[in-house]
Amino acid sequence: MVSNPYFSLAVLFVAALGFGLAPLGMAWLWARIYSPKKPNTVKNAIYECGLESKGDAWVQFRSAYYLYAIIFLIFDVEAVFLLPFAVAFTGLGVAACVSMLVFVLMLVEGLAWAWAKGILTWA
Amino acid sequence: MAVDNELKIELGKQGVFVTTIQELYNWGRRSSVWPMQFGLACCAIEMIATTMARYDLARFGAEIFRPSPRQADLMIISGTVTKKMAPQVVRLYNQMGEPKYVIAMGACAISGGPFKQGYNVLKGIDRYIPVDVHIPGCPPRPEALIQAFMTLQKKIDEQSLTGADRPRHLDAEAQCEFPVPEPGEHDLEPTSNPGVWTVPVVIR
Repeated sequence: MVSNPYFSLAVLFVAALGFGLAPLGMAWLWARIYSPKKPNTVKNAIYECGLESKGDAWVQFRSAYYLYAIIFLIFDVEAVFLLPFAVAFTGLGVAACVSMLVFVLMLVEGLAWAWAKGILTWA
Repeated sequence: MAVDNELKIELGKQGVFVTTIQELYNWGRRSSVWPMQFGLACCAIEMIATTMARYDLARFGAEIFRPSPRQADLMIISGTVTKKMAPQVVRLYNQMGEPKYVIAMGACAISGGPFKQGYNVLKGIDRYIPVDVHIPGCPPRPEALIQAFMTLQKKIDEQSLTGADRPRHLDAEAQCEFPVPEPGEHDLEPTSNPGVWTVPVVIR
């Protein structure tokens, strides 16, 4: 086992792990022995801004915002997918090109929809 | 103390360093007092100046202003506490992890200062939370805030881990909840926390 070329690496790994975990363990032990826990509702509140949180986090958004989602997909997410496609274009087969074409056409359909809804004009 | 001071100095000259857990613990705590990042009024500008290069609060290990009460050890009440703001300040103090300390910076935080007569101004934050160091001034200069830091460090250094006068966070019986005041019809309710502040008797 000692002759293994990775043995020194394993020793260093264990040492590094101990170096990280020992202070954490000591802090945990110290807190456990010396400082008693005293939780209360104000202290355990989720919001850390001084104000009390009101209502529910599960609020509903208006469905009319779907248009912004479509525009985001067209002008932001599409570019993310198109860039690696363009870089690897010369090495790609017909299947990859066709599937990319389908993807772009679907987004073009979204663009046509957004255009028809008139949200591309600044009013 | 197991080792007296003279013997310790003598041993130190010989290259032998002795310490106690209490000293080590207090040294660690006083050398990394992280204040909470919030300012209430003009004193906050002096507080910001204190953290910058010219006054350099980093020398005391206290330059890491935390935006969350969970990570902060020190609350600097830097300015006028209005009655609208007081519940938030007390709530944030409650949310800080023990051990925690408070510096009341400037005349307003101590007593309401020049705005004492105002209907909307709290006449000193020590009505609701225990204050460790008061700094007078309007506003106090950065040197005064540094002086307050050094006073606080001295205070932390002198705390003992055991005994009746041990700090609150080491005492299982000590009260650690400070009631958050609510805005009432004419004033905050309650108007003060009797556990930390007694209403002075006015003799006319």
